[in-house]
Amino acid sequence: MGTETAAKRAATAALVTIRGLSKQYLQRSPFSRKKFVVDALIDVDLEIAPACLTALVGESGSGKSTLARCLAMLETPDRGKIWFEGNGISCCNAQQSAHLRPKIQLVFQDSAGALNPRFSAGQIIAEPLEIQGREIKKNLRSRARELMEEVGLSPDWIDRRPLEFSGGQRQRLAIARAIALRPTLLVLDESLSGLDLSTQAQILNLLLDLQATHSLTCLLISHDLSLVGQVADFVAVMHQGSIVEQGTRQAILTYPRHAHTRQLLDSCRVIESTFRTAQAGGRS
Amino acid sequence: MKYLERRVIHGILLLIGVSVLCFLFSDLAPGSFFDEMKLNPEISAETVAGLRSQYGLDQPLPVRYGRWVKSVSHGDWGFSFAYNMPVKTLLVVRARNTLFLTTSATFLAWLIAIPLGVWIGSRGGGWEDRLAMAGTSLLLSVPELVLALGLLYWVVRAQTLPVGGMTSVGFDDLGVWAKICDLTVHIVVPATILVLASLPILVRHVRASMVEVLKAPFIQAARGHGIGRVRLLFRHALPAAANPLISLFGLSVAGLLSGSLLVEVIIGWPGLGPLLLEASISRDVYVVVGAVMASTLFMILGSFLADVMLVAFDPRLRME
Repeated sequence: MGTETAAKRAATAALVTIRGLSKQYLQRSPFSRKKFVVDALIDVDLEIAPACLTALVGESGSGKSTLARCLAMLETPDRGKIWFEGNGISCCNAQQSAHLRPKIQLVFQDSAGALNPRFSAGQIIAEPLEIQGREIKKNLRSRARELMEEVGLSPDWIDRRPLEFSGGQRQRLAIARAIALRPTLLVLDESLSGLDLSTQAQILNLLLDLQATHSLTCLLISHDLSLVGQVADFVAVMHQGSIVEQGTRQAILTYPRHAHTRQLLDSCRVIESTFRTAQAGGRS
Repeated sequence: MKYLERRVIHGILLLIGVSVLCFLFSDLAPGSFFDEMKLNPEISAETVAGLRSQYGLDQPLPVRYGRWVKSVSHGDWGFSFAYNMPVKTLLVVRARNTLFLTTSATFLAWLIAIPLGVWIGSRGGGWEDRLAMAGTSLLLSVPELVLALGLLYWVVRAQTLPVGGMTSVGFDDLGVWAKICDLTVHIVVPATILVLASLPILVRHVRASMVEVLKAPFIQAARGHGIGRVRLLFRHALPAAANPLISLFGLSVAGLLSGSLLVEVIIGWPGLGPLLLEASISRDVYVVVGAVMASTLFMILGSFLADVMLVAFDPRLRME
């Protein structure tokens, strides 16, 4: 009881507080009826400070995406709690989650798959606004054009389908849709993976701009510590379903304490020069 | 336009191929319509030979085929030996009855299959899904013949619906509303058999497409934006799952003339089924060829309709 009170108190300071979060998946062997349990998250504790960029890094299968899905209320954790703006979201009812969902937006890794291929860019951006009743119908298109411009896409492309955009442009489109509802927390689940270094840097610049303009809190999930280490205020390192180390960027990059963090740092690519070149070049 | 032209040329080539094979196989089959007359002692061999000559059956196959093609180009589909009337007149009436039955059954089957498949697809793995899968497996394992005989047995026992035929005696004297009611009660049994036979396949296809699409990241993204369940299923998931279903719909249209032959024979529905059976037994060649050509035409139209619908429904195909 005492631990819960302390966690609630902490939750008021942080935008998101996660305590003891666990999630298991039951998988069945393809050749027998044997079932086995996969621990995706094991007692995860994490705090996300408001208006900051927090990076969550770890290798594939470490539970980063599961954590993102739990945050976006697309998965229900087995144990533990998540507080968002002081309200528990891990076990809220449909009405409460409908109220909270616009505030937490998730940008997926596979931009081609995450955007409905049958919808135009305008429809993709306008739909959340229409559903949440944020704009009257006749203003939806002009608002979609504004949002496209805000993320660096030409408003003239409003009738294009997702497959007519490049990977980087699609990711910008996904971000435009995500920020349409003016969320408080933007979770980017490996959204930079699969993009070339120059485009990664451009998207990161866009995020920093949006964060500054809208006081947005970002959780940037990646396996590339060198990339997110360039921009994040805080870094948390995940390994086999648990957070093994978290702290400020400076602390994690300069004095890594956990062996896995050191391993990630050793194996990360050197992209600083490419990033700076792209920064100097600005948006395409 | 080029695509349309290409499809029309493909269709014509297919019709020519099917007609050639029809004539070839009917020629390979032993005997002809007039051979049975030889068994009748009252008909002389000269009369039979005269009839064969009159209808051109004494000519070699290429000549008969050439004459048939020429007459078809003038809108004449040949002559029925058994019914002593033009094949076209005979087929039009029978095809109309078959289409009335199969169109009603196909429409009803899709009307049930889409919402049912979407619903059980959205409950993937749940008890509703398992129950529906068990039900469709059971229906799939029962042959159409057993299904028809079983339903017929039940209807005869219950004595609530008419068994056999398309209309009651004195149908022509009835008013419009009474005629509609009479046709409706007569179509219930054959249409139910056809719906029960096709429903498991359709439901399983809709379910499988939905289960696949509901895993797609854009559906998860839509859920994350707070889009409601009904809108998510019918505005996002169903259109994305539609492509294989449209192809299946094309096959349904293709089978409109040939899908109910067995049921028509069992129930006694005056469609193409009993006609084709009688014509095959009595070797009424031009009726068989006419019916097969009409079925082929429907298959081509069904496939073409599916292609047009795919392009209309999927913007990605329009881009290509």
